[in-house]
Formats: sequence, C-alpha cells, structure tokens
Amino acid sequence: MTASAPSRLLTLMLAALVVALMAASLMTGPAQFPFGSVWKALVSDQGVETIIVRDIRLPRTLLAMSIGATFGLAGASLQGLLRNPLAEPSLFGAPQAAAAAASAIMAFGFANALSIAVPLGGIAGALLSVGALVAIAGRRASLTVTLLAGLALASLAGAAIALILNLAPNPFIALEIAFWLLGSLQDRSMAHVWLAAPFMIASWLILALNAGAFRALALGEDAAASLGVNVERTRILVVIGVALGVGAAVSVAGAISFVGLVAPHLVRRFYGSDPARTMLPAALAGAALLIAADIAVRLVPVAVEIKIGVVTALIGVPFFLAMIFRERRVLEDSTT
Amino acid sequence: MSVTPRLEGQSVTVMRSRRNIVDDASIALTPGELTILAGPNGAGKTTLARALAGLIDCKGAVMFDGKPLAAMSLRERARALAYLPQGHEFHWPMRVDAIVALGREPHSDPFSRRTDADRAAVTRAMAAASVEPFADRLITTLSGGERARVAIARALATESSVLIADEPTAALDERHRLIVMELLQTIARQGAAVIAIIHDLTLAMRYADKVVLMNEGKVAATGPPQQALTPERIASVFGISVNRIETPDGSLLIPSRAL
Repeated sequence: MTASAPSRLLTLMLAALVVALMAASLMTGPAQFPFGSVWKALVSDQGVETIIVRDIRLPRTLLAMSIGATFGLAGASLQGLLRNPLAEPSLFGAPQAAAAAASAIMAFGFANALSIAVPLGGIAGALLSVGALVAIAGRRASLTVTLLAGLALASLAGAAIALILNLAPNPFIALEIAFWLLGSLQDRSMAHVWLAAPFMIASWLILALNAGAFRALALGEDAAASLGVNVERTRILVVIGVALGVGAAVSVAGAISFVGLVAPHLVRRFYGSDPARTMLPAALAGAALLIAADIAVRLVPVAVEIKIGVVTALIGVPFFLAMIFRERRVLEDSTT
Repeated sequence: MSVTPRLEGQSVTVMRSRRNIVDDASIALTPGELTILAGPNGAGKTTLARALAGLIDCKGAVMFDGKPLAAMSLRERARALAYLPQGHEFHWPMRVDAIVALGREPHSDPFSRRTDADRAAVTRAMAAASVEPFADRLITTLSGGERARVAIARALATESSVLIADEPTAALDERHRLIVMELLQTIARQGAAVIAIIHDLTLAMRYADKVVLMNEGKVAATGPPQQALTPERIASVFGISVNRIETPDGSLLIPSRAL
C-alpha cells in the first residue's frame, strides 16, 4: 500500500518535531540562547557561545536524535519480526552485553565513564553477544531457540554486570558504573558521535532493507515464506542489525530503556498497523522522545543530574498507559 | 493423461526424526482441477502440501511446469504458487484491503510501491472472495468465516497458477464451508491448479475433481472421488464405516461409526 495522504502528513509533522526539538536542545542549558544566536554560533565562530553549542550541546543533541531513532527502529523491527507488540531491543541480549563489557572496562580497564575505550568495549561486547547468539541458534535459527538463547545471553550479561559491581576495586568505581548504567548524554563529545554513528547507520540500513519481510510476516512465517521471504535470513539479519545499533547506542549513552518498546506503539495505529510503514515514524518518534527527555533532564533544577534513562521511563510510561487504555479493545483482539 | 501437470510431486519423501512423514508420495496438479488431499490426522497431508509449496526440503522432486521448483528463485516461486497455511493467522489489526494487498508482495519492488496492475489484482481478488464490503475494516473485527475469505483473497491476489490451501474450511460453519469450497472450485474452473486439504469427506466427494487419499505418509489412492473414496478404502484408511447415499446433488458420505 502506498502511504495515504494523512499518514504522510503525520510523518512530515514528526520529522518537523524532531528538527524543532533539536533546535530547542541546542538552545537549552544553564545558559539559554535564543535561536538566532545558536544558529550564528553553529555556523561561525562566536567564542564561548560556539564552544557551548558546538562542543557541548551539539554532540548530545546528535546522540539523542540518533540513539532515539535507533531504539525506535529496532523496536519496530523486532515487533515486526516477532509479530509481538511486547518485543523490545533488549530481547536478544545485545544491550546487556554492551553494558557488561563497558562496565568491565570502567571497573578494571582504568578508564573513566567518558573515555572512548568504554563505547569501544561496549560495541565489542554487543558484537560478541550477537556472534554467540547466531552460533547457538544455528543455521535454521528457529524463533524459540533464538529467543531462548537471547534470554540466556541477556541473563549472563546481567550476572556479569552484578559480578563486576561486586568485584569493583573501590566503591567510587561501583557508583560510577551504577550511574553510567542509568543512561546519560551529558558531556559526550563528537568523538562519541563518530564512534557510534557508523554502527547505528549500518543498523538502520539493515533493518530498513527488511521492511517488506516484516509486512509479509504479519501473515505468519509459512505464509511469509510462500510470499518469497527468506524467513531465516531475515531473522539473522534483524538480530545483527538490532545488536549493531542498540549495542553502539548503549555503549555511548548507557542503558536507556523503554524508547524501543513505546515508540512503535505511539505511531502504529496511524499507519494501519502495517509493520513496514510503522518503521520510519517509530524512528522519528523515538528520536523526538529521547531529545525531549534530554531537554527535560537539563530543565529540572536539581543539584544531581537526573539520568536520561530514568526520564524516558517517567515520560514514556504515562504516554504508554494512556495509549493502552485508549486502544484496549484492538490490543485485546490482536493477540488472539 | 493428455493434460500436462502444472505442479508435480515425484516420489516426495520427507524425513523427520528418522521417520518418513511423507513416504514416496507422487501427486500431479492439473490446471482447471480442484484436487482434494484427504486422510486421517498424521497422514502427512500438511507436510506434503508444504513440500509442494517449496517451504521444506524433500527427497524426490517437485516440478513446476516441468522445471524443478528447487531451481527457482524465492520470488519466482512466490509468483508461481500461492500457499494458504492452516489457521488464517493475522498478527496485526490491519485493514482488510491492506492484507489482501500482501498477496502482491512477490510482484513488488523493494519499496513495495503498488502499480495499477497490483491495485486491479487486489480488487479482483476481493471481488472473487466477496470481501469488498469489509475492505476498510480491521481484520480483528471480522468473524472466522469472513477472515477465511480474506485469507483466500490474499492468496488470490498473487494471481499465481497454483493455489495450495491447508484446511481452508477448518473451524467454519456449514454455510461458510460451502462458500469456501465453491470459491476454490471457481478458482480452479478459471484455470488454476488448486489443491486443498479437506477433512470433511462429504465435501471432498461433492467438490473434488480428483481426490488424493493419504495414509501413514503414503498415497493410498488417487482418482475421481467416486473411485478414490469407496466405503472399503475409507474403512481401511480412516477406520470408520460410512454410508454412501445418492442424492440429486451427488453422492453423500455419512460416517456411521468408528471401527
């Protein structure tokens, strides 16, 4: 189905919202700048203002946008692959593995939470976990085996994080890891952006190329296969695509929950529940949600920074509950 | 036989857990014919249907228009054969017209843009299955019989020359079972080779051009329903005795008791 006019308009509005929020994110902080001076500071050298906008606010804005989009897209893809509205990016263990590897580097690698070694290790952890998952699930990669293997790897990574906190050489490091795990975009640099971007863009491409398969999978795996979808290959590609993107995201920003689960739900019904057409809007909604959360973090006047992972859940959950309440009838029917 | 088969299974054998679920089964589907695949539970009907659809590997060969199915690309195969699995699964509350349009996926480009030909095929398929009245409704709001017709419309939208339907009448009321059987017969009359797994022997007797009777993985009989479904063979394959009654609408098989 080609997109109908109202849904295309909604996609454009979501895109405009993301752009507006990005501008707001560059304007917001301890020093409030009007839009005009942000623009000037961005394109020309305005001294301190340029340093603040380009070096402090631009990286976190770009990261919020790309990480939110990655989570939204990963959530929409996994929900499409598994035909289950409860699927979320942490299902196959990649973000947990990334978090475990990053924590290990912080605890024993003598690198602090903002060092570039942390995301590098996180990405390596995510890749390792997806390699293990594909190896365990085998060439046939049946859904149940893949899900169980993912669950096992996620539990193992969770246990590894607990062990690392347990064995941390001193309490300050344990606290630093615990805070890092809550998720934050504060003080990230363009180096973090350049490090994570290739993985996230690769993930977007892999997932987008499988959109048609998600649509056919709405009829079940046999029907999808009869419509020309290579179901097994799709499954492996999606697991890899999600691990690349979400692993990179978690590696630079810590664990950010809920965006991947909630973003597809916020937009789905406006796109006729078509799993393929939901993907781009879910990415935009995820980006908007995370940028908004990152702005909110900076607006709350408290001494200790509130972590963005906390805020996404705080903002996301009421939205989500309202949506569930409104859509109760359709949701009840859809699982039968 | 003078007519060449459109889809032919030659000595198809499928092994699972060191047991032949389908054992040396040969079957030929001819354009214009409705073939009914019948047999007790566990006879290997669904496995044979999936092998014919190219969804599982098998020993022996499946030939489409004289070419091995295994040599065709996934998309070529998807355009050639429409497969309707058991149970009519719909996982998202999508609109009926969007679901029927899924049948066009094998014809679409990577961006799933629909052409005028696609739209025309969807309209024809919806008309054939009489689902236009609920084109803009969500699938979740339809009854079981209506969903079955939507599932068939989706398979028809592909406009393939073979339709393989696994228990399309399961869980339908009497009226919808007749509607679905008449629809399958019409599809065959318009030139497609149609095979349907049907449990109801009365429906098989009434609508089949050819019956393939399976038992324990093997083809027990192939032929016109009057020859394939004799009371003696039904007794040996299904373990039931039946009464055959001649009516103005043809022969009726009435199961009387389990043997």
